Amino acid sequence: MNPVYTVDVVANSPGDSGSFAELAMPHFASLYNLAFWLTQDRSTAEDLVQETYVKALKGFPSYHQGTNFRAWMYRILRNTFLTTQAGLKAAVSLESDDVHVVEPATDETPEVVLLTRAEQETIRKALEALPMHFREIILLTDLEEMNYKEVGLALNIPVGTVMSRLFRARKAMRTLLAAASQGAKA
Amino acid sequence: MSCQLWRDWIDAFLDDGCTPEESAGIEDHLNTCTACAAEALARLRLKNATRIATAARFVPAPDLQLRVEQLIQKPNSLNSAIPFVSFPRFRFPVLTRQWKQGLAAASAVLVLAVIVLSVMWSRSAGRQQALSQLLDMHVATLASSNPVDVASTDQHTVKPWFEGKLPYTFNLPDLEGTPFKLMGGKLMYYRNRPGAQLLFDLRKHQISVFILQDQPGLTPKSLGVATERQRGFNEETWSQAGLRYIVIGDTSGADVRTLGDLLRAAGRQ
Repeated sequence: MNPVYTVDVVANSPGDSGSFAELAMPHFASLYNLAFWLTQDRSTAEDLVQETYVKALKGFPSYHQGTNFRAWMYRILRNTFLTTQAGLKAAVSLESDDVHVVEPATDETPEVVLLTRAEQETIRKALEALPMHFREIILLTDLEEMNYKEVGLALNIPVGTVMSRLFRARKAMRTLLAAASQGAKA
Repeated sequence: MSCQLWRDWIDAFLDDGCTPEESAGIEDHLNTCTACAAEALARLRLKNATRIATAARFVPAPDLQLRVEQLIQKPNSLNSAIPFVSFPRFRFPVLTRQWKQGLAAASAVLVLAVIVLSVMWSRSAGRQQALSQLLDMHVATLASSNPVDVASTDQHTVKPWFEGKLPYTFNLPDLEGTPFKLMGGKLMYYRNRPGAQLLFDLRKHQISVFILQDQPGLTPKSLGVATERQRGFNEETWSQAGLRYIVIGDTSGADVRTLGDLLRAAGRQ
């Protein structure tokens, strides 16, 4: 059930909201897609996106023109999510980047096995099985095609951490895909 | 440096996260080490497959977007704590004769509008389906171990290969001095008709160009250039000399347009 929102935007002029809409609405579908990937629930994703836009509109006067708007919006969405019950649970996994990752126990790389469109579902399931901080960094890099600097801005982490976390995330993904391909053969 | 150390850099290389010097070093290594080159290719394929699997996976309900648009475009009207979703009561006026005539006219206009919109939607849906099928073919080509039937960067090798296989011919652009590279082509079938699928490379991204005999329902009647974006891919289509061109790639819309411009120029020769 969608909550009923009220907005207090006294600080914004109509011109502000107009330029905000022009900047923000092209990212709507993309933000919703990311919200769904984070929350894994339609209703929660809808609430999250609405609240993100409300907060972004209120915070728009503090947005610095010329900085990366998409990363700024995602940062608001993510911070909003982390204050929800589901987000708090996900945040526990954020405390540690040292998730134990086992090397794929197969000579056949999972990427080679899982390439066809029919097997995209396996990729989606592997992504869903990843901890949130691994899932989001893969989505920002591979789906949103953000560069490392943009990802760092969106996640509020240094570029070095982006690289190391992404490395571990992909390794974990490959492990899950390897397990899936072995399970399919068994 | 050992292969393991190089492999730690492959992700950054594929994500354009390396400096030019680092990229040059990795490229040199990949040119001499087939194992690392295979690893890089496998990771690139997984990266592409991840994008394809996740793009537009979850689509928002249209009313959600509308609600958010209303919320952010009319902020002042919401200042006085008016609920975001509200259902004000509305009392119908007593219907006079003028009201009835007006309503009848409005109903007729509404019915006409629904019919016109339905036809437009149907055409649009058909066209969308056609482009989706071609996009699937492009994705299948990328995943194939034999993406082309004729593998050559020479347009004078690729074009003659289609002679006798297609009931039409087409011109290919001279790509010298451009960032695009012809990879080859293959025969494909769409709606039981043969067509050409050409594969181009642009900075490790692959772009398919489908050249088909123009047919109803495939694209808009307009001869202009139409662009689409679906599932993260950019598409451009146009009609020229009775042939329908469709360019599909995961590169930027500008890159797709540039290749389209080159093909259109070649088609005019």
